[in-house]
Order: sequence, then structure tokens, then C-alpha cells
Amino acid sequence: MLTLIVFLPLAAALALVALPRLGDPQARWAWVAVAAVDLALVVVVWARYATPPAGGLAFEERAAWMPGVNSSYHIGVDGFSLPLVAMTAVIFLACAVHALRERHRPRIQAALFLFLQSVSLGLFVAADLILFFVFFDLSIVGMYFVIAGWGHGNRGHSAMKFFLYTFLGSLALLVGFIGLYVAAEPHTFDIPELVAAAPLAGRPPRWRAGAGRDPGRPGGEDPHRPVPHLAAARAHRRAAVGSAVLAGVLLKMGTYGFVRIALPMLPQAWRAWAWVVIVVGVVSVIYGALVALAQTNVKRMIAYTSVNHMGYIALAVGAAGLVAADTTQARTVAVTGAVTQMVSHGLITAALFLLAGVLQDRAGTYDMGAYGGLATPAPVFATLFAVGAFASLGLPAFSGFIAEFQIFTGSVAVAPVTAIALVGILVTAALFLRALQEVFTGETRGHSLGFTDLRSSEVWSVGPLLLLSLVIGILPRPLLDVIEPASVAVVDLVGR
Amino acid sequence: MSDLAQTSLWLLVILPAAVGGLLALTRRADRVAVPVSLATATLAVALSAVVALNRPSVAAPFMAGADFSLTVDGLAALLVPTVAVVTLLVLIFAAGGIHRARARFHGLMLLFASSAALTATAATLPTLLFAWEIMGAASYALIGFWWRDDDRMSAGLTAFVTTRTGDLGLYLAAAAALAGGGGLTLADLPGSSGGWRHVIAAGILVAALGKAAQLPFSFWLSRAMAGPSPVSALLHSAAMVAMGGYLLLRVEPLLTSTGWAGPVTTWLGAATALLLGAVAVAQRDVKQLLAASTAAQLGFVVMAAGAGTVVGGAAHLVAHAATKALLFLAAGAWLTALGTQRLAGLSGVARRWRLVGWSATVGALALAGIAPLSLWATKDAVLAAVLAQSPWLYAVGLVASALSAAYAGKLLVVMWRPVPAERRADVDAHHDEEEGTAAVNLYQQLPAVVLAVGAALLGVLALPPVRGMVGRAVAAASRPTPHRSNSACRPPSYSRSCSPWPARGSPSPGGRCAGSDWKPPRGCSSYGRPCGSPTPWPASTTRFSTAQSRTPQPRSSAWRMLPLVPTTAGSTAPWSGSPAGSVGWARTPAGCKPASCTSTTSRPLWWSWPASFYSSR
Repeated sequence: MLTLIVFLPLAAALALVALPRLGDPQARWAWVAVAAVDLALVVVVWARYATPPAGGLAFEERAAWMPGVNSSYHIGVDGFSLPLVAMTAVIFLACAVHALRERHRPRIQAALFLFLQSVSLGLFVAADLILFFVFFDLSIVGMYFVIAGWGHGNRGHSAMKFFLYTFLGSLALLVGFIGLYVAAEPHTFDIPELVAAAPLAGRPPRWRAGAGRDPGRPGGEDPHRPVPHLAAARAHRRAAVGSAVLAGVLLKMGTYGFVRIALPMLPQAWRAWAWVVIVVGVVSVIYGALVALAQTNVKRMIAYTSVNHMGYIALAVGAAGLVAADTTQARTVAVTGAVTQMVSHGLITAALFLLAGVLQDRAGTYDMGAYGGLATPAPVFATLFAVGAFASLGLPAFSGFIAEFQIFTGSVAVAPVTAIALVGILVTAALFLRALQEVFTGETRGHSLGFTDLRSSEVWSVGPLLLLSLVIGILPRPLLDVIEPASVAVVDLVGR
Repeated sequence: MSDLAQTSLWLLVILPAAVGGLLALTRRADRVAVPVSLATATLAVALSAVVALNRPSVAAPFMAGADFSLTVDGLAALLVPTVAVVTLLVLIFAAGGIHRARARFHGLMLLFASSAALTATAATLPTLLFAWEIMGAASYALIGFWWRDDDRMSAGLTAFVTTRTGDLGLYLAAAAALAGGGGLTLADLPGSSGGWRHVIAAGILVAALGKAAQLPFSFWLSRAMAGPSPVSALLHSAAMVAMGGYLLLRVEPLLTSTGWAGPVTTWLGAATALLLGAVAVAQRDVKQLLAASTAAQLGFVVMAAGAGTVVGGAAHLVAHAATKALLFLAAGAWLTALGTQRLAGLSGVARRWRLVGWSATVGALALAGIAPLSLWATKDAVLAAVLAQSPWLYAVGLVASALSAAYAGKLLVVMWRPVPAERRADVDAHHDEEEGTAAVNLYQQLPAVVLAVGAALLGVLALPPVRGMVGRAVAAASRPTPHRSNSACRPPSYSRSCSPWPARGSPSPGGRCAGSDWKPPRGCSSYGRPCGSPTPWPASTTRFSTAQSRTPQPRSSAWRMLPLVPTTAGSTAPWSGSPAGSVGWARTPAGCKPASCTSTTSRPLWWSWPASFYSSR
């Protein structure tokens, strides 16, 4: 079942490449159809999902691959991966719908995004480090082509920079994985086996710390580190669907690595470095919010709020490493909040990037000052953007509140000093309301004159993402029921 | 409890929110907006009556450690119908005053009212924060309703960001509640351990002061006048600002349990009543005058919360809701008719439209504190309790009352003074600063008359015999469970998980009143004073002892097995927690061992004295 979910998009991508005579409309609709089928399969998996025992996986599949190094094709889902798999399928379907109006080589674009969907899904279900690494590197390759082929501005340069930074990061990741392999007895790349063994547990702290950091921050996707972050900001010079996928799905690969690999496999290193992660998280929260506040470019503003939102995740997983008696409940709440935030941020930020792309599409600029009173000519656009903005600033009834409330209560209860990160939700509120005011209200002026309101493909791609965020915000139990057992398990593992 | 009451409680919140959300998002619904919204608001009034009489509690699983739970206790039973009735009257008014974008307006107003009703009934911190922030966002959208004007949007932004600054306190309080081991249920907050309880109190205090526009957050309220008049009428009377004061009344046991928060609250309320009262006297714009007076009047509610008179505060809140909604609707009617809200342009306006004029006169007289109108009685109830705390505070309160008489008098003079022919041109010069219709229609008159009746008569809430009934209802509500409640002499820690009882076995039935040898564990702060011992709370001893020195129930292991969570109200107190089936963390916190009892205190024994106080007078 999972294999089908992972490789169906890849098969469709190969078919699209192999059929050059296929018309553009057929290619676009084929993309939508495949993405929809894939999502339907994920829904089936979710419906039949039963929480596996701690350390186990549901829908597990295993086949020999490289027996010489004890690496196998091993996949499965648990409370962390299933929500991200579902989010990935939703976002790629939204992108497929949004791209129904794409005029620039739609067939190749569809193939490329289907390929990206396969590798993203593969990464989230991977239960083997080599498999994880392969999917991770392939996602970087896929993203390189997306930026180079469909970006704006100096896209070749942006794409190369993105590729170099993230690829260097991934090499460090590989070194870390090999370190884990060598340290484990018997040597293995299998994730559940490594988690059970906690290979570096007995080693001197320095050795643990050195190896611990690399898996802790796989690749360059995680924007709360300064250098790759610049690459990410540059990489945002690209078409809306590319931004949505990068921010919505690929950014989560780094934080997913935290909860899947770093916390359970390297508990001692994680505890030793917990404060570093917390500080990085708090700094990202505040720095991201303040830099976003300073932007006049809507898209860059959204990109920097992603830095802020990913900072909350780092804060929460860092707090999970502050093992002390009587804080188990708080740390579990923090980890649950972090995973909820991954899903929530994916949905909301993808929606906001797709909406911001409308500005570029209609008027050729993201500059806030070029617009004003846009709500008059484009009321639907204004409504959806306002809903997305309030969702992103953490308003209750949207998923962001569920995530951030748990992150804050959990983290602050463990480490009261992290309360300074609360400033983040205040600044994001201010910056989103300011953006709403500048772009959408007041006298209609500048590029707003003659602005065409959202088309149906745009409404039907963004609307469901925000609706899903609303549903999670009001009825969070179905999601939290899946995540919470996994959080309990990982907090238990970090405490070893 | 009947399923009907529980369903009504859910519907009371969900129905206006769902209808409101749909109206706000649906374009081209303008034609059906008014009937749909009035029908919804009418239904909400009926639902609020049902829940006020039956006092149901409901809960649904939400986040780990805290349910999404709603409950109607004595305090909420007073406030929920107030919110519903004022909302209906304001929407009737708006049906005659708002003609463009009606669907968006009525939708947002229903959303606003729904979040206010949810705030009033929220039983856990996540539920409260949920409602609290949606209320803030709805106020943003309503203040900036005419979004083509940049300054109105800026005013909305100021309101939202300012109140959200305060809201951070609630996030902090939730974290502290989780860390403190007392659970996220509002009624259990005083049971949190040691330092965390102070953090919770501080966080909630900041959040409430922000919403209630008390010092130092008062400035946003002045800018919030940029919204349409019906918005001001609702925002100042029953939703948003009032909810800030309401929250403090709700957590009054927590405030008093910290020792410092009660006096700080009282002083901040007194300072706001004084300063904003003076600001109101100096205004030249009727809506600005009313806005400053709102902050000043809420100052009395905040004082009441700090001084521990929940009944007086609640009565003042309800009476003020009717009065202020009335005055804002009158100001709104004049604004649409004459196109001005400057006092200089409103000279003699009561002579021109007599019905609204007389209604507003009743409102202004009530605001001035003239006997026997409502605010006279309620303010007196508050000040009587304040006198018990400090004569200086009482003096400040008296000056603030005099100021409220001054600004209300100023309003009366303007409304009724005849305009001589030679000055007619000066007055008319102010007219039509905005487009005026020169007419006040029936939709605008009817709500004003109803509210005037309320403004005149709601003082009965603070007068015998109703006061005693209200007092008993509210006091019953602020107790954790009936099993713990009639225990004036119980030991300091009543929190189940932190209770010293398990370690000490079952105490003698006589408890401390009967001179048992029970002593607080070392380090426990001792709010629970033996009856008759000197207390630091002046005048309260005799009062509570008359009603409270009943024999405490013996506590056995069977007592401890009693369900922590009553799902029915009325006979049992509803503010105690979430129903069974919730994640159990909230009630059996890992971090709360008997050792942590060193800093666990109960709420003071006299939290329920208003009941006896009022019934004994």
C-alpha cells in the first residue's frame, strides 16, 4: 500500500516524460488525477491506521536491498510520519489544481512535481537511513530543476546556490549516518533497530555530540540556520507552486529528521545539546518575525514568517531534551505541538504562497506599496488572504493555534525562560495585519486598478488548504490522537 | 441534567458562530442577512434563558490535558443572557442603521457575540483562550468595518495588537498551569503549586486588563470608536471590554489566593476609574466621552474583583451593559441622523427626538449614579466591599463616582439645553460632518427603550432580596465541588493531588473549628485560618463565620474517590473540571507530590462570604 502511494506519482512522471505528444491540457489534468488518487490512497491508509506499539510501524513493508551493509527497503508509518504523508499529498494536489493554468511547459512541470511528490512521500515513510538519504538528495535535485525551470529573476543563480548549500548539508548528513552505522552493533542502517540500540549511548560526550548534530539537522532545508536560510530566501524567487512545495513540504524534512532520527537515536547527545537547539529556536522565532516585519515584499515576508514558525518547532523539540522529573507531560505536549505545527505550517504557508503568487501573476510585483485597496476589485482574493493571514498568526479555530498553544505551554512549563518566544506571535500578528492593511484596504490605487479576482483553479487550490486548517483548529482530536502516542514514545526514548 | 440544556449550551455557541461565519464569507447574502441574523440572535436569547435556568456543563476532548469544556454557573448564568439580549437589541438597531455590506456586518457581529458567550462559559484555559482571541479578531474586523478608510483599519490594528499583548499573559498562564500541576481547569487554578500560581495570576491579570481597557492598556479603546456605533454598543457593554472584567470576577479566588493580586487589581481598577473618569469629563466628542467612561466604569468591576465581591462586580457589569449599550445606540442614532458626534453639534438633541432622548436621559442618570437607578445600587455594593479593604481605596472610588456624575451631567446638559436662535447656526455647523439622514427610525428607537428599562431596573441585582439570591448562586459557583465547599475550617490544601489528608489519615470530624490538632504542614502558607483567629481581612471574620462555621465533613478515602468532575450543575458546582473520559493528566499531575504541598494554598476561606454578607444585611 505505502509502496503504491510512494511510487504511483513517480510512475506517472515517467509516463508523462515518455509521452511527448501528450497535449498540455491532458498533462495538467493527468497530474491532478494522479495527485487525487494518491491522496485517496492516503485517506484509506489513515482510515485503516491503528497506532502501532511503541517503536513499531504500521503498514510496514520490508525487502532486501543492500544486505551487505544491512540496509533494506524498509518503509512504514507511525504517528509522526502519517500526518506529514497526508499533508504532503494534500499540498501536492493543491499545487496540481493551482497549476491548471500554467502555460510554461506544463507537461514537464507536472512530471517534475510528481517526481518531487514521490521522493517527499518516500522520505516520510522511510525506515532506513540510506533510503532516507536517497530520498532526501533526490528532493534537492528535484527542487533544483523546479527553481531553474520555473523561477523568476536570476533563477539559474538562485537554483545553483540552493543546490550547493543544501547538497553540502546533505553530505554532512551522510557522514552522520555512517557514524551511526559504525557505532551500532551489529552495524545497521535500519531506523527502528538503531532506535532500539541507541548506538552512541556509552561513548564520551564529545563523540556523541559530534555525531549527534549531523542527523539533527539534515540538509539545508531547515531554515532556522543562518547560511542555508539565506539560500532558502533566495530560492523563494520562483513560481508560486514551487514556493508552496518548498515551504510546505521540503522544509519539514529537517524538522522531521529531529523527531525521527535525532531525538530517539541520540538521546544523550540531544539532552546535552538541548539548550543550543532551544536558543536557535528562540532566536529564529524572534529574528524571523522581526525581519518579516521589515519586509515590503509580500513573498519575502511570508518566507521569513516561515523562519519564525519553524523556530517554534525547534524550540519545542529542544525543550523535549530538557529531561527532568515531573516534566514528562509538558515535554510530550511540546513534541505533539511541534508535529502539529509541521502539518499546520505546511497547509497555511502553502496557501499563503499560492495566494502571493497571484500578485506576481497579475501585476508582476510582490511589493506591498504597489497595491492598495485591493479588496474592491478582488474581494475573494482579499477574503482568502485575510483568512490565511489570521490562520498564520495563530488565531484560534485554525490549526496554528493548536500547534502553538501546545508548543508554548509545553516549552514554557519545562523552561520558563522560553516565554520570550511569545513575542513572536505578537510580531506576526502585527506584520500580517499591516500587510492586509497596505495591500487590501484603503483607496484602490496602483496595481490594484483592474486587478482580476481569483480564478476557480486558484480558489479550489487555496480554499481546501485553509479549510483543512480550520477543521484541524476546531476538531483537533483526529490528528492529535495519531500524534500523541508517538510523542509519548519519543519523549520516553529521549529520557533514556 | 437534561440533554436539552446541554444541547442548548452547545447551540448557544455554535449556532451564532456558524451562521455568522457563513454570512461573513458569503457574498450576495445582503438581502437575507437581517432576517437570518435577527432570527439567530432571537434563538440565542431563548437558548441563553434555557442554559441560565438549567446550568448545564458540556465538554469535548480537545488538547491533551484540557478539554474544550463549557459550563454555566451562577456568574455565567447572569452574563450569558446579558450578552444574548444586548446582541439582539444591537442587531435590531443595526438593521435600521447599517445599509451596506449587511451580510458581513451581521456575520461578524454574530461571531463576536458567539465568542463572548463562549468566553463567559469557558471552563478551561484553552477554551477561554480560544474564545478570547477570536473575540479580539472579530473586534478587529468590526472596528475596521469600513475598510476603505485607512485610519479605521489602523484603529482595528491597534486594538488587536494591544489586546493580544495582554493575551500573551493567558498563554503564559496556561503554561504555568501545566507546570504547576493543578490542571488547566479554571476552577482548579488556585490549587497550582507555589510560584506557578503567582505566574498564572499575573498572566490572567494582564490579559484581563488588556481586554477591559484598564490602565495601562486604556488607549486602544479610544481608537476603537472608529467602528460603527452598534459595534461600540456591543463591544463596550457585553462583549470584549466587559469580558475583561468578567474574567477577573471569574478567577477572583485565584487572585485572592496569591495575596498580592487582589490589592493590585483593586488599585489598578481604582486608578482607571479615577483617571479615565477625568478623561471622560474633558471630552468634546460623545463617543469618546462614553468610551472613557466605559474604561472608568469597568474600573469599578475590576475593583470588585480585587476586593472579593463577585456579586457586586457582576451586578455592576450587567447594569453597566444595559446602560452603556443604550447610550451608544442613542449616540449612534444621533450620528446617523445629524452626521455628527461632537457634543457641540448635539445641543438640544433630546428635544428633537423625544423617545430616544428620554431613554438616553435614563441611561445618563443611571451612569451618574442617581438613586434609584441601576448603577447607583451596584456601585454602592462594590464600594462597600472596597471600604472593607482600605479606606483610601474607598475615597478614590468616591471621587471616581463623583467624576462619573460629572461626565454624565455634562452629557445631560448637552442633550437638553435649548439652543437660542442666534446660536443655532453654530450648532448646525457641526452637522453633516458625515452624511446625516435627519431621521431616527423605529429600529433605532425600540432597542433604546428596552435598554432604558434595563438601565433603570437592573439595580435590583444588587438590592435585597435579589442580591441574596444572586449572591448564593455566584458563591456556590466559585467553589470547587460541594464536597469541599462547606469547609470553612478545612486545611489549606484542598487540591486533591496535593492534599495533606492522604498522608495524615482522616481528620476528626470536628476539623479545625472544633479544635482538632491539625496543623498545616511545614511551609504551607496558611490561608486557611482557624475560625475565630485574628484575620488580616477586616470585617470578614464575623460575616463568614455566621454562614460558614458548619461542621466540616469528615474526609475519608471514600471522599477522595468521589468524582472530581460533576457533569451536572445546580446541585453540584460546575466549575471543577472536565468530565470523565478526558485525558487524565489534568487531574493527576505527575509533578504534584505531597512534598510540593509546601507552597500549595487553597483559596481563602472567605471567598464565599458575599452570600452571607448580603443575606445577613
